[in-house]
Amino acid sequence: MFSRLLSGDLPRSRMLTLLLLGVLAALAFAPFLFPGAKALNVAAKICIFIVLVASFDLLLGYTGIVSFAHTMFFGIGAYGVAIAITRLGPTWAGVAAGTGCALLVSLLLSLLIGLFSLRVKALFYAMITLAVATAFMTLASQLSDFTGGEDGLSFKVPELLSAAFSLREAPFLGVSLNGKLLSYYLVFTATGLLFLLMLRIVNSPFGRVLQAIRENAFRAEALGYRIVVYRTLSNVLSALFATLAGVLLALWLRYNGPDTSLSFEIMIDILLMVVIGGMGTLYGGVLGASLFIVTQNYLQDLMKLASVAATPIPFLRDLVHPDRWLLWLGILFIVSIYRFPFGIVGKLRLKARPPA
Amino acid sequence: MDTALETRDLTIRFGGHVAVNAVSCTFAPGTLTSIVGPNGAGKTTYFNLISGQLKATSGRVLLRGEDISGAPAPQRSRRGIGRAFQLTNLFPNLSVLENIRLAVQSRARLGLNLWSIWSSHRELIRRAEEVLETVALTAKRDLPASALPHGDQRKLEVGILMALEPDVFMFDEPTAGMSVDEVPVILDLIRELKTRRDKTILLVEHKMDVVRELSDRIVVLHNGSLVADGEPAAVIASPVVQEAYLGVEASR
Repeated sequence: MFSRLLSGDLPRSRMLTLLLLGVLAALAFAPFLFPGAKALNVAAKICIFIVLVASFDLLLGYTGIVSFAHTMFFGIGAYGVAIAITRLGPTWAGVAAGTGCALLVSLLLSLLIGLFSLRVKALFYAMITLAVATAFMTLASQLSDFTGGEDGLSFKVPELLSAAFSLREAPFLGVSLNGKLLSYYLVFTATGLLFLLMLRIVNSPFGRVLQAIRENAFRAEALGYRIVVYRTLSNVLSALFATLAGVLLALWLRYNGPDTSLSFEIMIDILLMVVIGGMGTLYGGVLGASLFIVTQNYLQDLMKLASVAATPIPFLRDLVHPDRWLLWLGILFIVSIYRFPFGIVGKLRLKARPPA
Repeated sequence: MDTALETRDLTIRFGGHVAVNAVSCTFAPGTLTSIVGPNGAGKTTYFNLISGQLKATSGRVLLRGEDISGAPAPQRSRRGIGRAFQLTNLFPNLSVLENIRLAVQSRARLGLNLWSIWSSHRELIRRAEEVLETVALTAKRDLPASALPHGDQRKLEVGILMALEPDVFMFDEPTAGMSVDEVPVILDLIRELKTRRDKTILLVEHKMDVVRELSDRIVVLHNGSLVADGEPAAVIASPVVQEAYLGVEASR
């Protein structure tokens, strides 16, 4: 049963299983375990990025396609909801319309990019996606009547998800049962379902062909697989999942602008999360996103403590000053990529395998 | 139906160099034809033109009388032209079993199935295991293909072709670089395939004793042109082969 839920793709390492269960438990009970708006925000962001990173892994890790347009599809999802709600009002119909339109736009765009350019060499494909994504970003910030330009769009969400909505007066286990909590569980549940769906896709006969194409496209073709069809389909699926991640982001933040969903910085972050977690494993996305976002949000706090503790030591005090947090983040990632070239998941699975 | 495969004036030019020059040849179903010739004669290029890895400059390829000259490689494969490559061409980081299973899956036309779990298709795995047994690789089923020694990689290459179960089998030097005790596994497979008489086999091979024993017919290529074609004994004895292929200067 459990194995079927995971599409037969078990973690295959006790340590990895424990880590994944840890992340799952932490996210499932986040509102009760970690009080405060910031903690819940971090938990929701981890959920959303798990979907986003896993969908990128479908493309990069499984099919071997390097694309820089992934945040574009993320942005399409977020803008879809933001624009639809701004125009149609904060109703579920608005959310549905926004999601539907966003999925359609992503479908067409990814299909076009795929059909026109997946025949070219990997490097050119990466360049084409970069160009399209840059053009899209410029477009989004220029069409300010529609997208809110650089300021973005702030909007209300359906009442059920708004902070004013209350399920009952008295708090439950010290947490008030309001719309914000419901929003979080909407994001969490959607993440779980989308992740399991992606796990199913990569473990289908189709997913197996994607890996074959990554390994040796020439041979896959000689076996009778039309690689353009598979690559394009992988591109489309990955784009659709990224779009849904964008929808969740917009619903959670009640805001969307170019910097929150389209920026190139996010693209780099996703890339790092996939690589740190372990490419072509999908589980890597869970660990990569969790580790990265927690570090990004709490490293500064940790350094503040360290800096206070190190006040008497002049050089060390400056080195661990909270303002240097980006330096340490960078060092941390260089070391982790150096130590785990196959990502955390790759390393753990290698360790778990009995010596041949 | 008397021809399984036919090439008509098949030609490919790379700039000024004519690698395969107007080769016309028909292959009868259920026969094994060896294609021989010195290095650079155009044997592998001729194979690439038939299986679709290269597009001909002119001329045609016909499968069971149907023109497939315009079809890309995957389509030719699905129509029944299977190919094993001279330079081993595997999925290096996938397991030995998976290399075979992917061929079985392609034959079962299951590639675009997104909803089922691959391991629930037991019959594909069973078939892959059967093929693995015939190429004597069962013990290594879970190793990544890249971890195999050269001889085993050659066996896997042939195994992938076997798993495709095409109508036309194309072996490009299947035993190249194999150790003496490994060669019989492959030759026995080809021999058995031949005795079933329901498949058409094309073989490029350098070992003349193997060619003599297995072939129903031998075709000789030299500088891209077909220079001899016929019964093994007659072709091997012919002066053009003695000179062009075996390089017997002494016969002059």
